[in-house]
Amino acid sequence: MLRDEDRIYTNLYGFEDFRLDAARKRGDWDGTKDILARGRDTIIEQMKESGMRGRGGAGFSTGLKWSFMPKKVDGPVYLVINADEGEPGTCKDREILRHDPHKLIEGCLIAGFAIGATACYIYIRGEFYHEASNVQVAIDEAYASGLIGKNACGSGYDYDVYLHKGAGAYICGEETALIESIEGKKGQPRNKPPFPANAGLYSRPTTVNNVESIAGVPTILRRGPAWFAGLGRPKNAGTKLFCISGHVNKPCNVEEEMGIPLKELIERHAGGVRGGWDNLLAIIPGGSSVPVMPKSVCDTVLMDFDSLREVGSGLGTAAVIVMDKSTDIVKAIARLSKFYMHESCGQCTPCREGTGWLARVMDRMVRGQARLDEIDMLYDVTKQIEGRTICALGDAAAWPVQGLIRHFRPEMEARIAAYRQSIAAE
Amino acid sequence: MPKLTIDGIELEVAPGTSVLQACEQLGIEVPRFCYHEKLSVPANCRMCLVEMEKAPKPIASCAMPCGEGMVIKTDTETVHKARKGVMEFLLINHPLDCPICDQGGECDLQDQAVGYGFDRGRYGEEKRAVKDKNLGPLIKTIMTRCIHCTRCIRFSDEIAGVSVMGATGRGEHMEIGTYVEAAVSSEMSGNLVDVCPVGALTSKPYAFTARPWELRKTESVDVLDAVGSNIRIDTRGGEVLRILPRLNEAVNEEWISDKTRYAHDGLKRQRLDRPYIRENGKLRAASWEEALALAATKLKGSAPEKIAAIAGDLADAESLLALKDLLGGMGVASLESRQDGSAIDATSRAGYIFNSTIAGIEQADHVFLIGTNPRWEGALVNARIRKRYLQGGLTVTVLGPRVDLTFPIEHLGNDATLLNAIADGSHPYAETLKAAKKPLLILGSGALARPDGAAVWAAARAVAEACGLVREDWNGFNVLHRAASRVGALDLGFLPAKGGRDLAGILDGARKGEVEVVYLLGADEIEAQHFGRAFVIYQGHHGDRGAHRADLILPGAAYTEKNATYVNTEGRAQHTRQATFPVGEAREDWKIIRALSGALGKPLPYDTLQQLRKRLADANPAFAQIDRVTPAAWGAFGTAGAVAAAPFTLPVENFYMTDAISRASATMAECTEAFVSPAVAERTGTHG
Repeated sequence: MLRDEDRIYTNLYGFEDFRLDAARKRGDWDGTKDILARGRDTIIEQMKESGMRGRGGAGFSTGLKWSFMPKKVDGPVYLVINADEGEPGTCKDREILRHDPHKLIEGCLIAGFAIGATACYIYIRGEFYHEASNVQVAIDEAYASGLIGKNACGSGYDYDVYLHKGAGAYICGEETALIESIEGKKGQPRNKPPFPANAGLYSRPTTVNNVESIAGVPTILRRGPAWFAGLGRPKNAGTKLFCISGHVNKPCNVEEEMGIPLKELIERHAGGVRGGWDNLLAIIPGGSSVPVMPKSVCDTVLMDFDSLREVGSGLGTAAVIVMDKSTDIVKAIARLSKFYMHESCGQCTPCREGTGWLARVMDRMVRGQARLDEIDMLYDVTKQIEGRTICALGDAAAWPVQGLIRHFRPEMEARIAAYRQSIAAE
Repeated sequence: MPKLTIDGIELEVAPGTSVLQACEQLGIEVPRFCYHEKLSVPANCRMCLVEMEKAPKPIASCAMPCGEGMVIKTDTETVHKARKGVMEFLLINHPLDCPICDQGGECDLQDQAVGYGFDRGRYGEEKRAVKDKNLGPLIKTIMTRCIHCTRCIRFSDEIAGVSVMGATGRGEHMEIGTYVEAAVSSEMSGNLVDVCPVGALTSKPYAFTARPWELRKTESVDVLDAVGSNIRIDTRGGEVLRILPRLNEAVNEEWISDKTRYAHDGLKRQRLDRPYIRENGKLRAASWEEALALAATKLKGSAPEKIAAIAGDLADAESLLALKDLLGGMGVASLESRQDGSAIDATSRAGYIFNSTIAGIEQADHVFLIGTNPRWEGALVNARIRKRYLQGGLTVTVLGPRVDLTFPIEHLGNDATLLNAIADGSHPYAETLKAAKKPLLILGSGALARPDGAAVWAAARAVAEACGLVREDWNGFNVLHRAASRVGALDLGFLPAKGGRDLAGILDGARKGEVEVVYLLGADEIEAQHFGRAFVIYQGHHGDRGAHRADLILPGAAYTEKNATYVNTEGRAQHTRQATFPVGEAREDWKIIRALSGALGKPLPYDTLQQLRKRLADANPAFAQIDRVTPAAWGAFGTAGAVAAAPFTLPVENFYMTDAISRASATMAECTEAFVSPAVAERTGTHG
């Protein structure tokens, strides 16, 4: 279990004030100038050593991502913070934005300095009204105290931070759609290549990072990369915010070490599954877009990127959605399919047409109003979407259904049989 | 030069080539819907997926640039599965209405479905239906058929330069449209029909008219402006059913203007189908013998100095030469082909053609427009300037009325005397021109039709010479004509000979009775009262202004009905080809003149088109260079002098009606109603 002194987010629950004075007391903005004085290359190197993997879901090494930025460029370079937290089940960035915005702003400065950015855009989800307000307060305070802006922290480095509010589209959490949205266009993901590091916001070199990835940077650099790398498991280092929701006794957000057993996470922090561990049906471990895991897997699995991948799921955003045996699992996944159908941007064919197809068939599956061979067809359709689209939303729509068919096929078949019987009885 | 391997074949391609283009170089067909050579690449249809070694998933070949050492496979199980999957997705919400779809037979989706479709559908849910949009009089929509390839959006944004099309809504509910149900107000809108790979956007005037396999296709050239767009005329029986663009990178690429495309219904109305003779103020039908005999009598009965001929904007080179040979042989000196009163003449060929060539616009870094609205006077020229603008690094300056050209301009105002000031270097703009690497000047034909046209012409030459527009490797002096006949007529010298009258002289003479016979070769832009009491012979194909005034009508052939030569504004001689026969008793124009020469007892020395074309090439070698432009030597032209202070006015008031054919077209009338009249009403404050 994570010791208190190893926590990055010491005001996760908002027991203290979010403003600058309180943040400083918690250690934020302490020696930022010295960190910047280490130089770009050292900061990137230390971030690589820390083993921090992007907290937005894909789990790509943050330091490595920064190192892709061109070293010498004329003109603007941008850091974009993805604060468009929309993944169902996920509510970690929200807490940082609300209660610890200065960690993010400080991280923005350091990360921006490391990649040679001239400005930073924080793209915040439109529904996060309160959060946007707090972040703006923090930005204003930081400007007023000379922490950002001209000669940020007295380092001689000029750096602006802007807050940009989204309009409430899930797809705008995809980094290139987010860039399009900032540019004032319809939020639709771009093709890659070119990657944002070469041509991102306004066709300039751009790095897009998740809030949690960036908010952790100052602490990691203050305490040293070895400290962060020492937590968790190899290649899955550090601490992570877990959002536990669903059928647990005490749903919560909690910072824990990576690699904590799922069962321990739930029992220790969320008060256990409603009705006891044996009442567990299934868990979606990383937000709606990763495949669901049945109880047998949940018993032993560790909560980190590689362990979850091994069991055919993923850490995603570490949004643990717990479902006990009262859950209609088919209906639960059907609801997710409906969500993806609603949120598909409509740009590319497999996702635009496929998500609607999935949702409609899933809708019938809930009632059992289908043929047995349609389960295979459904699986085939998910395979036709997966890996064929511009962005990962197609995959995200396919995986929950695949997970359902993989682990709960008997349930689906039983439902079809029951429906047949009820028709026959009439 | 990256080297890559596609299906086991190694090849080297130019940097920036996409995988799809590389496949095409090898002759490997990659299916696609959203990709279009002339538009940006969105890679959204996902039909062109191919396998790339080391890539975890199939890649969109249209958007992937070739890289060194890439290994691409286009013919694997994965690729076929991916394409079949995409095809299935496209078809689940596409209606099965091919039998009543106007795109049927030339539909990309239909064609690809043969290769990648299933023999049965697995989709049992309800299909999507989308409300149709009203995009104006030219484009019909059946939006349920839309496959969201966004070609139309990209075409209007990039080529047409009007941001009217867009996608609203998300996911399945994404709809293509104009958002506020506005008509697509662009002179290039018809091309949307061509770029649409399915039957979502089809031609409204052509709706339910014919199936593509019923049509006879004739490759020809457009004459409704001086661009000479290459077209394909689709006919069934004796009727022109539609006109489509034909690829010619040097002229129109693969676009045509709406007038070129849709004015052809004018070919069916107001046609002159037999000779007419005016008796007691009324026209009566006559036979050819009677008509030619009357013409011969009148021409013989007047002294050569009392005879004049005016050629119209649609006259072909063959008939121009034949008429010149005939009347010139009789000693008639008053020949005129500039019915707008233009001061342009044939002193130097470089002075009256578009020297840079239309494709050459793409090399320019600065464009200077004088008294012209290229959007309406040569829509494809404007499209080419816009294309160059989108490539970056082009600035455009306008002297003349301010118009929206779809790209930003710097407006010098509308003081014509500035031309003199720029030429003598006293205006600061001269420095801009001098600083440009490849500056290009486009002189509108309207600017030359002013009373001081010759001075404007000379002043433009002075600007070109003073500011370095004319060099060994570059000639940036260009005249943008509107009349398809103009350059050909100038090349043939269809102009007043020594002692002959020009347009003003002819009209003046006709009013005073000094000119007794006027021969109009399709000249329709002159008001009837100007001809006084002269005997007017009108040879042409439409009952327009000229025919209304005529005392004798000799029915000729329209451009779709004859094999003829036209020289476009660049000086490029091109051939039209006969797609249908002239209506009724009408005949090809040069043959009428040849017959008249027989009636006059002075037969012209050619009996076949080949003989006449040989005579054309002898008269001017430009006519031997079909489809090509030969650079013209620079020389002096115009009359030096001060340009009058009068502002430039634009010669085209209504893009959709500029000649006898488009004035007779119902479609063009609808366009006028939809696009031009509202704008005029707004300008004059009489709307609402």
